[in-house]
Amino acid sequence: MARVVVDVMPKPEILDPQGKAVLGALPRLGFDGVTDVRQGKRFELEIEGELTAERLAEVEKMAETLLSNPVIEDFAVRVVETDGAARS
Amino acid sequence: MKIGVVTFPGSLDDVDARRAARLAGHEAVALWHGDHDLGGVDAVILPGGFSYGDYLRCGAIARFAPVMQEVVDAARGGMPVLGICNGFQILCESHLLPGALIRNDHRKFGCLDQRLVIENNRTSWTSAYADGQEVTIVLKNGEGSFVADEKTLDMLEAEGRVVARYVGNPNGSQRAIAGITNEAGNVVGLMPHPEHAVEDLCGPGTDGLGFFTSLGAVGLLSA
Repeated sequence: MARVVVDVMPKPEILDPQGKAVLGALPRLGFDGVTDVRQGKRFELEIEGELTAERLAEVEKMAETLLSNPVIEDFAVRVVETDGAARS
Repeated sequence: MKIGVVTFPGSLDDVDARRAARLAGHEAVALWHGDHDLGGVDAVILPGGFSYGDYLRCGAIARFAPVMQEVVDAARGGMPVLGICNGFQILCESHLLPGALIRNDHRKFGCLDQRLVIENNRTSWTSAYADGQEVTIVLKNGEGSFVADEKTLDMLEAEGRVVARYVGNPNGSQRAIAGITNEAGNVVGLMPHPEHAVEDLCGPGTDGLGFFTSLGAVGLLSA
């Protein structure tokens, strides 16, 4: 078993209205000093069996095909756990 | 002509779209997201709404519905396809049209009678309009801001593929783009709702009817 995380973020040049809303709310709550907020998505995928290079390539494909829209979003795939042991 | 209107789980405007098609003199055919064929229709409308609850991204799940494989193949073969609002989002996610729709820059759901300029009346869905005609139809969306990279926007402008442009810019769309078409002019994506402007009784008038009567005109010409 392995856990793979896919982070999806709006591309830097794409306006992120949700991030802007959060940025606007922070000073109202007394949190100062934040100059920008970008909001994205995090997917945690539990992968069956051994995490081979092929399986990881398949996750990249999933991220590109479904989890993100490459027109407006970037994604990053990382392995966080294999066989229950945390990776350093 | 026979116009198929796809209903996805979460579609809202499928009934209005079928009604608009009938008012324009067509036969309206209800298609289901799980269908594996298009039932012999001559054209397809992907209606507005919140297909699959807008989960993940608007249109992202609908794109993989069984019926969409048929729609994509038919569109590539030249069948007229009109995506309205959520339908536009689905067409972008399907890569039948470039760009994407993101949340309105003002972050509010907008619902208003919107003026548009028809900038391309050579598509399957806009031939009933005069070039440069100004129309008023309903705009209602939360994620209607059209975005694409500069290169794509320049290409759309240069090739005359901006079908309709907002008068003013109600949602932060780049270059105030309200609707675009593919290279062949058979696939059109439009954020505002022409199907809500087809009768005097309700809505801002009948300016939207042209999107549905255009089809007959093109059909007759090519017959």
